Amino acid sequence: MKVEVRLFATFREGRGKKIYVEMDQPTPIKLLESIGILEEDVAILLINGRDGKFDQEINDGDYLSVFPPVGGG
Amino acid sequence: MERYKRNGIFTEHEMNIIKNSNVCIVGCGGLGGYILEMLSRIGIGKITIIDGDVFEKSNLNRQILATTQTIGKIKVKEAGKRIFKVNPNVQITMIHDFLNEDNIDIIIKKFDVVIDALDSIKTRILLQKKCEEENIPLVHGAIAGWFGQVTTIMPGDRTLDRLYPKDLNKGIETEIGNPSFTPGLVASLEVSEVIKVILKKEELLRNKMLYIDLLDNEFQVIDI
Repeated sequence: MKVEVRLFATFREGRGKKIYVEMDQPTPIKLLESIGILEEDVAILLINGRDGKFDQEINDGDYLSVFPPVGGG
Repeated sequence: MERYKRNGIFTEHEMNIIKNSNVCIVGCGGLGGYILEMLSRIGIGKITIIDGDVFEKSNLNRQILATTQTIGKIKVKEAGKRIFKVNPNVQITMIHDFLNEDNIDIIIKKFDVVIDALDSIKTRILLQKKCEEENIPLVHGAIAGWFGQVTTIMPGDRTLDRLYPKDLNKGIETEIGNPSFTPGLVASLEVSEVIKVILKKEELLRNKMLYIDLLDNEFQVIDI
């Protein structure tokens, strides 16, 4: 299955805005690890634009959006 | 009043609501300085600002109240001096302390809106909890480099729980810093949310986050 991963802020560095990852039985945690992003570095994970979980099952056509934490003032 | 003549987007009635409003800005750094300036010029009646810091040279690149003359001086005291010059009609309360579990019950009370201009995620979560207990809307903003985010949190929404993982205290700003232009932009967006909350205007960023990426010129509203 090919899954679209949309990247935001510093996650785009060296990766671009979007990556397509080919994987059997993908989960967000496995998909992100395959592109060098660790769960602990992610603040917001959305699946199809809605709040997602790292161990959630991904279906054909689903897309992920990942944001790092922005915390300055 | 001549001073508010160009506040033409507000009716006289709305302007009176603004003049009778009581808000609290938590943090007097990059965001807080600009937020204070804008809320004072609009004509908010009472503003409390809290920060335990003094100005440092590293603040000069972005904090409006940081000048070569204010280095080493108490941030909220300089904020008070500035606002007295900008709009003496504003009743300003300055609290030189960092918001924490020991003082939050005394400080966060009876405001119409509280504004998050903090740089600590843990303090933000504490503030969200207190605002919920006191039934006060909270306008959140945060910045890091080219990036920023804004959302408005009504009591019970607990939006910050979905924006930050548990036990995290800082974000990517520790690596990439903050330039001069991001604080002013995010502060403006927070101020417009504050005014809409006060005037009960619709289309707040509630359960939504405006995510800003100035590097790629993207402004997105995300359901959160």
